[in-house]
Amino acid sequence: MNKIINLLKLGWAILSKPAVHLSLGFLTISGFIAGVIFWGGFNTAMELTNTEEFCTSCHEMRDNPFMELQTTIHYSNRSGVRAICSDCHVPHNWTDKIARKMQASKEVWGKIFGTIDTREKFENHRLQLAQNEWTRLKANDSLECRNCHQFDSMDFTRQSKRAAAQHSSALAKGEKTCIDCHKGIAHKLPNMEGVREGTSPH
Amino acid sequence: MKNTLLNKVSTVCMTAALAVSSIVLPSVASAADAVIDAEPQVASMRGTAPLNAELTPNPMEKVENNDLKRQRDYPQQPPTIPHDISKYQLDKNFNKCMDCHSRKLADEAQAPAVSVTHYMNRDGEFLGEMSPRRYFCTQCHVHQLESKPMVENEFVDVDELIKQSNQRAKK
Ligand code: HEC
Ligand code: HEC
Ligand code: HEC
Ligand code: HEC
Repeated sequence: MNKIINLLKLGWAILSKPAVHLSLGFLTISGFIAGVIFWGGFNTAMELTNTEEFCTSCHEMRDNPFMELQTTIHYSNRSGVRAICSDCHVPHNWTDKIARKMQASKEVWGKIFGTIDTREKFENHRLQLAQNEWTRLKANDSLECRNCHQFDSMDFTRQSKRAAAQHSSALAKGEKTCIDCHKGIAHKLPNMEGVREGTSPH
Repeated sequence: MKNTLLNKVSTVCMTAALAVSSIVLPSVASAADAVIDAEPQVASMRGTAPLNAELTPNPMEKVENNDLKRQRDYPQQPPTIPHDISKYQLDKNFNKCMDCHSRKLADEAQAPAVSVTHYMNRDGEFLGEMSPRRYFCTQCHVHQLESKPMVENEFVDVDELIKQSNQRAKK
């Protein structure tokens, strides 16, 4: 025990001693390099967790949201451009990204305690989970949708009548955002009683 | 003893029958092919292709999506859907049609709200919510394709029938 304390003391002595033999330039440059390496590693870790493979590595995510996504326009369409989980669920903005990752630890908790580890449990839970997502998208004005769908680039004359009517009024005026009207765009909706009147059996 | 002999005889008979049929049947099958090939009996998307042939399906037809109301051919006709519904969820949890056509939400979408008959049970009593027998919209309402009809439509509107019979009466 004493040995360890002595070792720590020695280590601290070396670290706290001013660097007499090293130039300030060297210190600045090596500090910069270390920063780059650290930052890069962090980024790489982030990048890895942003892949579809990572998100669907849990059966909860693979068997439910991912299966359902596959029949939708964001998985297969005429133009061949597709959205993956992190396009809609992780903000590309750096600060938002960290905030979202902190929240993700809740999911690891859920995994350990099996909150949605069967289809039934998922069905029972999904309104709550969906509501979390709607609240988030409502609060950020559907940021993730807008990363791909730019309002300014929408040509109303090429949209269907119903789409153009809604986009040029409620959306243009900022009264509503994408997620107000496009719920269930990527997954199946649960019983929506209390969310959208008259759309679900009681 | 008798039983086993009978068994043996029947086995021999069966084998013989099978052997004969395996020679005869193929020729029967090809005769059937020939019949189907010769003349299309009904207008179908398969055209004249024999039953046992697999075809490359035609490209999917476009759904009419111009949001223009269409004329109804008779007073009780459920109106046809003037837009695409292919991506809409309609299952025991959620009815996307009612997201715009329910009494409470039609104003947002400026869509026609479903009529009061959708809130009536089979005894004609009014219910507070949509009648379960009306829940699955596509049992009665259908979209239309931008394609030519495969057979000529000889439907005659009731007004036209009345006109014709009046003319006959005059003569
Ligand atoms: C460790 C397994 C696991 C992985 C990997 C995983 N998830 Fe989840 N996810 C879960 C569980 C379990 C829940 C339910 C948490 C709860 O009960 O609140 C969940 C919930 C969610 C929710 C609902 C969020 C909410 O606020 O309620 C979203 C969205 C989601 N996951 C997306 C993703 C995305 C995107 C990825 C990849 C970046 C991902 N998940 C990776 C297990 C996982
Ligand atoms: C095009 C955008 C989009 C993509 C791509 C997408 N989601 Fe979602 N996801 C949503 C929206 C929007 C919601 C909110 C509920 C809704 O409207 O369906 C949601 C809800 C969820 C939920 C909450 C439960 C539920 O069903 O409502 C989970 C879990 C989830 N997504 C996981 C995933 C995973 C995992 C992937 C990748 C396989 C993925 N999502 C891909 C947009 C998307
Ligand atoms: C990764 C980019 C991306 C993201 C993120 C994204 N979309 Fe899309 N979206 C697309 C593409 C690509 C298409 C299909 C274009 C085509 O070929 O018609 C599409 C199609 C659509 C359609 C047309 C559906 C149809 O049936 O024609 C809607 C509505 C839509 N997206 C809404 C959303 C909403 C709401 C969000 C946010 C929750 C979202 N998108 C997020 C790329 C994206
Ligand atoms: C006020 C309601 C409303 C809002 C807000 C809204 N949409 Fe739509 N959108 C519609 C309707 C209605 C349609 C046409 C019918 C349908 O597809 O369900 C539509 C259709 C679309 C289409 C398909 C285009 C077409 O010609 O059919 C895309 C893509 C789309 N929306 C993207 C978005 C995006 C991205 C946002 C947010 C920037 C958004 N919408 C906001 C109501 C809305």
